[in-house]
Amino acid sequence: MTILSFTLILLLGSFIAGLLGSLTGLGGGVIIIPMLTLIFQIDIRYAIGASLISVIATSSGAAAAYVREGISNIRIGMFLEIATTVGAVLGAILAAYTTTSYIAIVFGFILLLSAVVSFKHKEEIILNPANSGKLGKWLKLNGTYPNEKGKEIPYGVAKVISGFLMMMVAGLVSGLLGIGSGALKVIAMDNFMRLPFKVSTTTSNFMIGVTAAASAGVYLERGYIDPGLSMPVVIGVLVGAFVGSKLLVSSGTKFLRILFAAVIIFLAFQMIYNGFTGKI
Amino acid sequence: MKQDKLTDKNLEVMMGTLLRYGVLLSAFIVMIGGILYLIKFGNQQPHYTHFSGEPANLINLKSILNDAKGFHSRAIIQLGLLVLIATPIARIILSVVGFILEKDYLYVLITLIVLTVILFSLFSGSVA
Repeated sequence: MTILSFTLILLLGSFIAGLLGSLTGLGGGVIIIPMLTLIFQIDIRYAIGASLISVIATSSGAAAAYVREGISNIRIGMFLEIATTVGAVLGAILAAYTTTSYIAIVFGFILLLSAVVSFKHKEEIILNPANSGKLGKWLKLNGTYPNEKGKEIPYGVAKVISGFLMMMVAGLVSGLLGIGSGALKVIAMDNFMRLPFKVSTTTSNFMIGVTAAASAGVYLERGYIDPGLSMPVVIGVLVGAFVGSKLLVSSGTKFLRILFAAVIIFLAFQMIYNGFTGKI
Repeated sequence: MKQDKLTDKNLEVMMGTLLRYGVLLSAFIVMIGGILYLIKFGNQQPHYTHFSGEPANLINLKSILNDAKGFHSRAIIQLGLLVLIATPIARIILSVVGFILEKDYLYVLITLIVLTVILFSLFSGSVA
């Protein structure tokens, strides 16, 4: 295969990953790394570098729209970015001391977790701002967000410390594996901090770019970020995610979610198997 | 309080604009580099099966800039990727300025901590 055909196939694959990631809300990163390592036999270190770059692109692109609409809570985002960036740098440093087989196995388990989280029945109980803890009030984390009718709904924030620690784990996983680790962020923000879904998904997106940029520095210097590989991946994912965001209204998303989750579970077992047998 | 809300909104719009242009600029540079790269190396073989790491001139900021000026395709792509990495960092710097203007010093401090962590990552990678 020549570089030209390799690039075109990667461009198409990354486009599909970006499209599916955007339609299902799971992000394209979880599918990029298995695609590069399992199908294209690319060393997982190059795959992590390219995925990390694509994560920065899609999250910044999406955050640009959300933040203007005033849905993301920039104070919660900034405060939790302390946790995610510290975690991300630690994760990127840890990656240097971890064999690629272990990374593949951890990746597989995080994939499984993503599939489970995407299927779990979620209940949204908006916390009354008056019931926020002291720390949440001191940090001015309470906010409002516009609902479907454009009415501003006030909300409070619970368990700030647990949320912060969970975010550090999310950052660590992001730095170790080169993904956005949306699943862990959902656990931190929805389950612990009890943020409304709209606020947690958009604020999480807002943070992913900064988190990934924190580990990108370490990966760049270590030579994981290859221009020839990152080019089709970042362009493909970016265009796919953009098209996906325009298609969002479609009613077929439930079917797509199931399909995507099935693909993810399959990839998860592949990654774990390849990790245990030392093929990655 | 009302005044604060107004500045928060302005800051959000500014952040959104910054992120959008950062991503667009990066994608534009990456595409230019990508086309040059395919013209030059399109009929060679890719080798990513074994990790050998990038050569020093594609890691170091100075040599990336130098090589990009000399129209080296891979350096141009790498420059575009650097613009992408810089975009969220620019957003943080904008937040620091925004929170200073809002006189929200707690968040000036929080934002500066985040900025320090990222700059540490960018400039100490070779140490670690």
